Amino acid sequence: MNTVTTFDATAARGRCRQFRRRILDISQNVTALHVAPAFSCLETVDLIYHGLMRWDNGHSPDTFIMSKGHGCMAQYVILESLGILGADDLAKYCTTNGRLGAHPDYGVPGIAASTGSLGHGLAMAVGMAYAEKIRSSDGKVYAVLSDGEVQEGSTWEAFMMGATLGVTNLVAFIDNNDFQSLGRTSDTHPSFYPLVDKFVAFGWEAIELNGHDADGLFKAVMSREGTKPMVVVCKTVKGRGVSYMENVPIWHYRAPNKEEYQKAIAELSEVSS
Amino acid sequence: MRNKFAETLYECARNNPKIAIVVADISPAGSMEKFRKEFPERFLNVGVAEQSMIGICAGMALKGLQPFAYTIATFSLYRPFEFVRDDLGYQNLPVTVVGIGGGVVYSTLGGTHHCQEDVAIAGAIPNMSVIAPCDPSEVREATLYCTSQRRGPVYLRLGKAGEPVLTDTALDPWQFGKLRYLKRGTDVCILSYGLIMKQAVTLAERFETAGKSVSVVSAHTLKPLDRPGIETALKSHRQVVVIEEHAPQGGLAAQVKQIAWDIRATCDLKTFTLQDEFIHNYGSHADLLAAHGLEVNKIWQSIGLG
Repeated sequence: MNTVTTFDATAARGRCRQFRRRILDISQNVTALHVAPAFSCLETVDLIYHGLMRWDNGHSPDTFIMSKGHGCMAQYVILESLGILGADDLAKYCTTNGRLGAHPDYGVPGIAASTGSLGHGLAMAVGMAYAEKIRSSDGKVYAVLSDGEVQEGSTWEAFMMGATLGVTNLVAFIDNNDFQSLGRTSDTHPSFYPLVDKFVAFGWEAIELNGHDADGLFKAVMSREGTKPMVVVCKTVKGRGVSYMENVPIWHYRAPNKEEYQKAIAELSEVSS
Repeated sequence: MRNKFAETLYECARNNPKIAIVVADISPAGSMEKFRKEFPERFLNVGVAEQSMIGICAGMALKGLQPFAYTIATFSLYRPFEFVRDDLGYQNLPVTVVGIGGGVVYSTLGGTHHCQEDVAIAGAIPNMSVIAPCDPSEVREATLYCTSQRRGPVYLRLGKAGEPVLTDTALDPWQFGKLRYLKRGTDVCILSYGLIMKQAVTLAERFETAGKSVSVVSAHTLKPLDRPGIETALKSHRQVVVIEEHAPQGGLAAQVKQIAWDIRATCDLKTFTLQDEFIHNYGSHADLLAAHGLEVNKIWQSIGLG
């Protein structure tokens, strides 16, 4: 079993650059994809797969749930790089002969739960983490939630129960890119922010960090107290890595045209913050 | 029914460490307290938070457990409906959603506690099975099935407490997905399920007093419905009567009519269901059923032999 104790942030930045490029490439075949929501959580999802989950011959005792299902392109390209999904799967993304859609489906290799409807992932993650505990397994559960999803009452039900059950083997990441479909989340509910104190009040160990600084996230998770479930509020930029997509709501669900694609490819660089 | 369910679940949990129950702030009846004391790690109370009850059950099932979600029927199915649909139905997980007080048995609590559309609603979800036992003995059989099946999610519609045993002399064993003849006759077939089976049995006695040979059938599995069994019942009796404590849409009555049409059945078919209404009445369970028109004398009169 490969238990990670260090995290190579330089290698991670290189990987994430390639992942962004791969997602942009796919956007030229199929326009039905969420580019910007994948770019905001890419460093986090990469960290989970390459820094936090333990691996043994392509299998992990740990579980990842992409609760913000619309961010699944980030997960697909990482699963491809791990050999869990094939290039052919991504080539057939959102086509009639393929098995990958714009939200992750349970049953597809590497997909631990079906998501797409917001507010479902954390309760399932709590159930999974609790099941690991009562089975006396040391499996850990990681979940990535959107910040819009934190407006769902069901998410707070799950935070409440996660603390009650003491699922210390669960770490949730909030992709706090401050955008939802209709605008900034902080404009929708101004008094809801900052988030960290709410999570602490609900009995979780909580911290707010730059979500594009994977090294910082890694250190925070590895040095957590571990007496409570943990939530990391990842301050991120929607569309991070492509200047004209950053913080521009239309890129939530728009694919770049050929010219825009070329511009994006030309400017892709390594993201560290 | 609640007690029989709890007793059976407790018994199974002693031998099967995968069985767990997640309740939403409902007081543990009968043996549930034994379950809670003996297996505290497998008895979870989420509080008044039904969405998380279903989501947590899904997560536990995804990790190989066999969880039961348990509360009053309107709150176990309606309140977290999209969780039941997506987390359990879409992912096809072997989670049993137990609905206590199916129908209008919470007769003094008002419409918020009447679960009169649940068979249609649960049955509309792909992968979902729907079971509604008619007495404590069938509750035991259904619960045993739910603790061991890996087919997918089940909605288990139960009553409350104190229901009479109606199936001790049943001719068939309880089998998932199969009609169960409690009595077999040649003239009339009464199809029913759930608590109102008591009235179906009384109605059968009226027919018998009038000289008819009567079948009484428990259609305990509403989905998948025993279609061949229904076809046989329609073909082999001159008169078929469906009595159900459910809205007219999407329950047993509507399905039997559909099958009758499909096979060009020639028998006389009459169905008696709850009304498509919220009825603002209070009183006993029988009072509520009567307010919906489900009273044996009234049914007997409208059948025309009274």
